[in-house]
Amino acid sequence: MRSLVDSSIELRPRLGPTILASLWPIVVGIAFAVAMQLFVKPNINDYFAKQLLDIGISIVLAVSLTMVNGFTGQFSMGHAGFMAAGGYAAGAVCYYVSLRIWGTGGARGSILSGMPLDPSGLPSFAVGDLLFLGSLLVGGLVSALLGFLVGLPSLRLRGDYLAIVTLGFGEIVRVLIQQTEPVIKTAAEAAQTPVLELPIHVGGALGFTGLPKYTSLFWAYLVAAITIIVAFRLKRSTFGRAFLSIREDEIASEVMGVNTTRFKVWAFVIAAFFAGVAGGLFAHTLGVGLSAEAAGFMKSFDVIIMVVLGGLGSISGATAAAIVFTLLPEVLRDPLATPAWIVVAILGVWASLSGLAAWRSREGGAERPWVMKLALKLLIPGACVVAIYLAGKNGIDLSPYRMIFFALLLILMMIFRPEGLLGVREIWEREAWSWLIGGRRKAVAASPPQGGGS
Amino acid sequence: MAGADPQTPPMLEVRGLDVHYGAIQALHDLSLSVKKGQIVTLIGCNGAGKTTTLRAISGIVRPSGGGVFYEGASITAAPPYRLVRMGIAHSPEGRGIFSNLSVSENLDLGAYARSDHDEIARDRERSLTLFPRVRERLKQNAGTLSGGEQQMLAIARALMARPRLLLLDEPSLGLAPQIVQTIFKIIREINERGTTILLVEQNAHMALKVAHYAYVLEVGRIAMADEAAVLEKSDAVRKAYLGVG
Ligand SMILES: Nc1ncnc2c1ncn2[C@@H]1O[C@H](COP(=O)(O)OP(=O)(O)OP(=O)(O)O)[C@@H](O)[C@H]1O
Ligand SMILES: [Mg+2]
Repeated sequence: MRSLVDSSIELRPRLGPTILASLWPIVVGIAFAVAMQLFVKPNINDYFAKQLLDIGISIVLAVSLTMVNGFTGQFSMGHAGFMAAGGYAAGAVCYYVSLRIWGTGGARGSILSGMPLDPSGLPSFAVGDLLFLGSLLVGGLVSALLGFLVGLPSLRLRGDYLAIVTLGFGEIVRVLIQQTEPVIKTAAEAAQTPVLELPIHVGGALGFTGLPKYTSLFWAYLVAAITIIVAFRLKRSTFGRAFLSIREDEIASEVMGVNTTRFKVWAFVIAAFFAGVAGGLFAHTLGVGLSAEAAGFMKSFDVIIMVVLGGLGSISGATAAAIVFTLLPEVLRDPLATPAWIVVAILGVWASLSGLAAWRSREGGAERPWVMKLALKLLIPGACVVAIYLAGKNGIDLSPYRMIFFALLLILMMIFRPEGLLGVREIWEREAWSWLIGGRRKAVAASPPQGGGS
Repeated sequence: MAGADPQTPPMLEVRGLDVHYGAIQALHDLSLSVKKGQIVTLIGCNGAGKTTTLRAISGIVRPSGGGVFYEGASITAAPPYRLVRMGIAHSPEGRGIFSNLSVSENLDLGAYARSDHDEIARDRERSLTLFPRVRERLKQNAGTLSGGEQQMLAIARALMARPRLLLLDEPSLGLAPQIVQTIFKIIREINERGTTILLVEQNAHMALKVAHYAYVLEVGRIAMADEAAVLEKSDAVRKAYLGVG
């Protein structure tokens, strides 16, 4: 039987090795990140570069949140809280270590951090970069610890209640950050302050200023690549199926032998770790003022929208949604000056995939004529693109209406595609795609046989 | 068949079980035993406590008194995810299908606790032979199966754990008479291949036909217990559960 071969069950190793096994995707990820910094960055303007950087960070946030909200079906609304906590922790380490060792909070990175080559001939992966990497890890770990603490109540709470707890968590982080002490500006002062007291000098209501700006396209896309790889490894393994089964039916999952408690906490911890690292990236970005507002609900809400639009549990969906959602405000403001083509390309790919699906199912006896379906699917994104283009051409700034736009998008989505762009599946698991690839994958798209043995 | 020897201890023994949901007591001092190789059925009206009994056995609810013993050892406090590794599979009430996963992935999850790949592939083949309709729908989302097909999948999935003891909660619920016949035929087949079964049923008629031994549950207490064939003929059971005058 054909189906037996490709659905045979893989080994079930432990969680750690599952995430780390097989290095080549990581190598590809690193190469991609290096290429972004060394080959893409020099050929684009600073504005576009900043957009790409924000996209990278958004991808990390969205893909990590989909591990909780999508894989296990817990509804966390405090992702920005983890991000801010990680950002402040990473910032505190990076800034105060710099101040103590080098006497200044400035960055000492390499070309990978977007710095010019050091005249003293430091190797391209400089000490500052190592410090930054360490800080990101600290940020991630602090956040993961918080994730563990927040994940614990999730054992008893579900649905709305968990959402409220995580919402409260974000607010607690925000308020706590506001209560912190002013940043210490000079090396002399920093030297006099006891080390354990340094982490509370992170700026309070004024924000954490003066952080070294290490974050570059390299770092953003390195982390994004790792997040995506980890998410895929989790989803593709038996663990992934276990995660998804919790979301589908917790009791049934438990009697299959899944330790649901452990998995739910793990999901929280892993997601919080990456949110914390994303926070570290955010904190060290040029032109970003790290403040308590980073932990605010609006930020969490942004990430939730990405995850819901992309399809809860779909990694490629979350990635695509993160790209579109990050670019959209800029595109609405001035489509002609922005990398609007990325949004257009994504909308285009999606539209043609659904178009293909509609075309293919034309014999399938659809309830509506296939031409109409196809037209609808191509028309809506097409109309959006044209409208935005025209507005831009006439100098109309649509960005004040961005929230209205998102709200409409969400409402339409909930009506027509409540499961998000892709549901829990990935882009290439969509029917039209598998049809394009053809061959072996065709079976996925084939309609179920009727009748059968009885 | 097996289990006739009075010397051998039962495969599953429930002793003096009390279960509370908040202030409500759902089970009162409930005892039952299941001999190896048999089909034992637990019948009773709605709300009698049948599902609660299965949940207490597989650790989903914690009993407030009494104990559960499996192959001589206490499993009273064991969490559900442990039991499947000890050879107990539970097909829960309402089937517990993972709707957004494919039929194939549902089956894989049935074998989640195992790692003997060749044997898993063999069991998969066996389950699919039992349920050809499931085989035809492997790639489909499980939520798109009909009710009867979902029930078949639920049983096939439970078999993927290669259980020695199978707990079935109302496998015939909401199915057309013809499918009920098929399901019960398969239940007997599974048993004949050596799996012990504890079967909870509303359909007393079918359950008593297929089972070796039966317990009648009334508001949380065992009201009657005997060989299924004997109970089937008893007046009390005929009146209350078989709808015969
Ligand atoms: N989670 C719960 N909380 C409170 N009471 C419960 C809960 N689950 C079951 N009960 C109560 O316990 C009693 C036994 O329920 P149980 O589900 O075991 O019945 P059952 O015999 O399986 O019935 P049915 O044939 O309708 O499935 C019922 O009175 C029910 O209302
Ligand atoms: Mg029941």
